[in-house]
Amino acid sequence: MSGAKALIKALEKQGVKEIFGLPGGANLPMYDELFKSDIRHILVRHEQSAAHMADGFGRVSRRAGVCFATSGPGATNIVTGLATAQADSAPMVAITGQVPLAMIGRDAFQESDIIGIANPIVKYSFQPTKASEIPEVVKKGFYIAETGRPGAVLLDIPKDVQQNEASVEFPEEVKIRGYRPWTDPDVTAIEKAIKLLLSSTKPVILAGGGVIISSAFAELQSLAELLMIPVVTTFKGKGAFAENHPLSLGPIGMHGHAEANKVMSECDCVLAIGTRFSDRSVGRFDEFEKNLKIIHLDVDPAEIGKNQTTSVAVVGDVKASLRIFLRMLVQKAPQKSDHNVWLKHVHEVKEYWRQNLKLRPGELTAARILRKLREVMPAESIVTTEVGQHQMWASLFYDVIHPGTFFSSTGLGTMGWGFPAAIGAKAARPDLPVVDIAGDGSFNMTENSLATSVLENLPVIVFLVNNYMLGMVAQWQRTFYDRRMIGVDQKHCPDYVRLAESYGAQGIRVGNLEELGHAIKAGLKSDVATVIDIPIDPEEDVLPFVAPGTSLKDMILPS
Amino acid sequence: MVWAILSLLVENKPGILFKVTHLFRSKNFNIDSISVGVTQNPEFSKMTITTIGDERQIEQIVKQLDKMIDTIEVKRLDDKKAVYRELVLFRVKISKASDSMEISNIANAFGAKIHDARKDSIMLELSASPDQITNLEELLRPYDILDIARTGVAALQRAGD
Repeated sequence: MSGAKALIKALEKQGVKEIFGLPGGANLPMYDELFKSDIRHILVRHEQSAAHMADGFGRVSRRAGVCFATSGPGATNIVTGLATAQADSAPMVAITGQVPLAMIGRDAFQESDIIGIANPIVKYSFQPTKASEIPEVVKKGFYIAETGRPGAVLLDIPKDVQQNEASVEFPEEVKIRGYRPWTDPDVTAIEKAIKLLLSSTKPVILAGGGVIISSAFAELQSLAELLMIPVVTTFKGKGAFAENHPLSLGPIGMHGHAEANKVMSECDCVLAIGTRFSDRSVGRFDEFEKNLKIIHLDVDPAEIGKNQTTSVAVVGDVKASLRIFLRMLVQKAPQKSDHNVWLKHVHEVKEYWRQNLKLRPGELTAARILRKLREVMPAESIVTTEVGQHQMWASLFYDVIHPGTFFSSTGLGTMGWGFPAAIGAKAARPDLPVVDIAGDGSFNMTENSLATSVLENLPVIVFLVNNYMLGMVAQWQRTFYDRRMIGVDQKHCPDYVRLAESYGAQGIRVGNLEELGHAIKAGLKSDVATVIDIPIDPEEDVLPFVAPGTSLKDMILPS
Repeated sequence: MVWAILSLLVENKPGILFKVTHLFRSKNFNIDSISVGVTQNPEFSKMTITTIGDERQIEQIVKQLDKMIDTIEVKRLDDKKAVYRELVLFRVKISKASDSMEISNIANAFGAKIHDARKDSIMLELSASPDQITNLEELLRPYDILDIARTGVAALQRAGD
């Protein structure tokens, strides 16, 4: 059979049901085979969105999402999508067409060295040179994308390799000798970690994105409840632990919850699970680790000691490590906790900030609209966000109740990710409501995905927190550049209601909270995408704010 | 800052050298020297990389290299327990009659071979540790070094260590 047919068959065998993509000259052979397949093709209006949809699909389903793009500009258009997925450890397989082998290196029409371009932003890449290699390469690609610390994999297939006929075999299993996705957690290290944790008087659990990726929600909750240790998360880890749980303090970081940052800066021992201690989470590296014992659980050995000095490290899948933790703790039957004073203090801090954090007065404020969204959306709804002020307000004011239902471009910080990712999420879970908490600046970047949402029957809600401003940049210009505002004003363009309607979607502009509630309900019932345009005051800042290069205890608070 | 010798067993496939050097670049680490050659098993190549950094950086680059799917084994060699050599070729200017004899004496003292001896220049070859090569370079500098080519370090752990 042809290489293209081998590709589609291999994808079918892999269980792929949806492909997000856009055809072009160099991937026509694979599209021609896709035509004959039961795999659903979801057409995008820009390849970047195909990559983000595959990413959103992958994060929600925990199976690699697949996107197709042609050679040259098609391939370079997915670069941001690859980098976004890789930065957030999301499983994704991107398949690009390439000019024929004999044309490579001759600056052919629509030729780009996508393997070279993508090298630093993918987990791995393949460029098969024979049709017979394709099934093995597909199998390896999915294996690498989905195992260990997941990531983005690129398959770049020259057009003649797609067209050539070869006798093809489909391997049941593949072995990659240089790839060790998991190591067994070291039991002695866990023993040491338990000892350290139990001997501390002010312990905290810091849950990162790794908890969500390995769906270790139940294990995390059991551990926290067994030892009665308060839980903070990173922003990537938001929703790793139900945010309405009495032990939950929410995310730490640049725009973390005041109570979380406060407790994080006071604790003496942190059990950090599946986190890479990003600068946005921990602030100044040297300040964070001062007077703090760090126990670090992570699947990726290269994360140990990268940003923080650890006292004890446990390398392995965090779910497996936590299970051993729990088993050993139960065997030891530890005294419940020797830190009741600490726990009482933590609750006081939490109560204080819940009561005393000054909120902006007014009707359509960030806090009010996001709490309204939370009130109306079913608990199990999936949330994606764009990048900017709205994203941080979502972190502050939208509590995740069902663990693992909140997704955001946290590592790369890709504006325009949330909407296509929401569509990908809807493709993965058509049974659940999906909302993209968006800002106008971000939505502008991929708003043409409205066409995909409407035409492919993947209705999602765009909760558009609209200040017609690149709001986060504007906030930094107000805070650090003496209000010299440049390049941030969107000048009330476009009209989002008419924009939505022009795509056949529903557009609703709201003027107060009651209308907002109705609009969300209308969106939940709608068969097409709903853009809810929520005008807010462009002067509203995200607070608290830990300025870059400072420590978590130096929060700028609302005055 | 420490000087570290890294020995990598990698897949002998096109593009691997690019990936390894790109990793150094993307982590903002510097490669001091690099040498690559196929091993007794043609499926694998051996890369020897020397680099300079603080302990934390070296530890991090070893972990990052180890994480690469195309690396089979990554070892940081202890320079006291390894044999490490670099090949260097110098072309040195001969300005006056006595230079030739003096340079030959220096070469002998280092165990360097002499090639292509001419009236106005002489070529020296030395296989030695990078330190010895630097020492030789210092001694040759007054004569005017016209050209130099170094291969980068090749290293193997001593048996039993």
